[in-house]
Amino acid sequence: MIELINLYKTFEERVILNNISVKIEEGETFVIIGLSGTGKTVTLKHIAGLLEPDHGMVVIDGISMSGSSERVKNKLRSKMGVVFQSGALINWLSVGDNVALPLREHKRYPEAEIREIVDEKLRLLKLYEAKDKMPSDISGGMKKRAGLARVLVRNPKIILYDEPTSGLDPVMSSRISQLIVQMKNEFGVTSVVVTHDMNSAYYIADRIAVLYNGEIVQCDTPENIKNTEHPVVRQFINGSLKGPIDVD
Amino acid sequence: MSRLLNLIISTGSRILDIIDFAGYSVVLFFKSVFYTKNVISKRREIIKQIYISLVKTFGVVSIVAMFTGMILALQTGIELKKFNLEDRVGNLLVATLTREMGPFTSAIILIASVGSAMAAEIGTMKVSEEIDALTIMSISPVKFLVMPRIVALSIVLPIVTIYTDTLGCIGGAIIAKAQLNVSYGAFYQNILESLHLKAIYVGLLKAYIFGVIISSISCAHGLRAMNGAMGVGKATRDSVVTSFIMVLIVGYIITAIFYGL
Repeated sequence: MIELINLYKTFEERVILNNISVKIEEGETFVIIGLSGTGKTVTLKHIAGLLEPDHGMVVIDGISMSGSSERVKNKLRSKMGVVFQSGALINWLSVGDNVALPLREHKRYPEAEIREIVDEKLRLLKLYEAKDKMPSDISGGMKKRAGLARVLVRNPKIILYDEPTSGLDPVMSSRISQLIVQMKNEFGVTSVVVTHDMNSAYYIADRIAVLYNGEIVQCDTPENIKNTEHPVVRQFINGSLKGPIDVD
Repeated sequence: MSRLLNLIISTGSRILDIIDFAGYSVVLFFKSVFYTKNVISKRREIIKQIYISLVKTFGVVSIVAMFTGMILALQTGIELKKFNLEDRVGNLLVATLTREMGPFTSAIILIASVGSAMAAEIGTMKVSEEIDALTIMSISPVKFLVMPRIVALSIVLPIVTIYTDTLGCIGGAIIAKAQLNVSYGAFYQNILESLHLKAIYVGLLKAYIFGVIISSISCAHGLRAMNGAMGVGKATRDSVVTSFIMVLIVGYIITAIFYGL
């Protein structure tokens, strides 16, 4: 279980997260939506232990990520994977070597087994043909899928997705959304997904949280979010220019 | 009054930044020392970095070393000729090269070509979330990126220094023969006379320490890069300036320790 307790974060005196508290149950797919710059990625980075809150804490399976030593953080991170918006592939390693990187660095398996695992994940994400290509030679969408393959080889219990479908074609977006659901159903993976893609959000989410001005203004099931009366949420999901959200 | 206050605040803030960066670089260096236990498993990356550093600098080092030797020989030769001592140009040249100019010239070239590239490469990785990705995979960026670069540059700089010294002497010999009429044999004898073991090992020690300083500072600036391409540019520029200043300061300190009064 992931608990965000009174998470408060400022950057240069600007409040990004204002006392956010939420519990994400094991096996749940929790989607965070909201305007750009409202702290969605910052929230993910707090869960991953890449940022420290000014106040409050992130607790994962009863252990605090916030303020802990690197050793404790690494122990928590060993259960976790992050799919970055840009893919975050190491630019001088081929796609295959990028996917194999965490296994090679931690020497968990013999090399032959690593190659098998890597090939399996690359086939799953339709990337096998790009195995020997360098990140600079593949599209943004392929980079994102390679980043996901690199997460999947570690069999994490928690996966954090930062805009997993942005920049992908509709078919591949659906495939990624399907994969997120599959990870939950088959392996009980807990997912926290930051997205602007409402179709994907409705499809994958158990609950959706709407961030606005550093606060969660509504956290509910996809059905209730669709039928919400909250003016901010309503305006956001409909993409309307009229409403309380100042677009200028 | 408020201007004065702003000046004091900005100066204080700048000093704090410098202290903060110095502390960060020192900690980074000691973390790298800790990870040298992984030198064997990281040998491929280290060899790659050595190869890149040598290949990148070979051409420019050759030109700079040759002309440094030629200029030194010409300038000292002109002065020595006034006292009919131009045949001693080899003695001065080899002492200057092995003690100071060899390691210093090599360091300057490596700051410009290798250190700046290190800062830019790691800085780009930082702003494109690759460093975050490594952290999430519990792969220490220090072990994965910094340690191999520090080890590589601390090996490369003494090698480049020996090459610079040698080529500088050859350049000096050519000028001594062509402009000062000093035979190659006499020049060679002068070099052997003034080639002291202490000068060689102090020069190489300097080169080694410069290698550690340049790589640590360049990696530290890269790891602290932020705000996209502009931040990478700033990190690269700062790494060159900081490395240059530190090489001068540390170079003086080493000289004072070994040759001071």
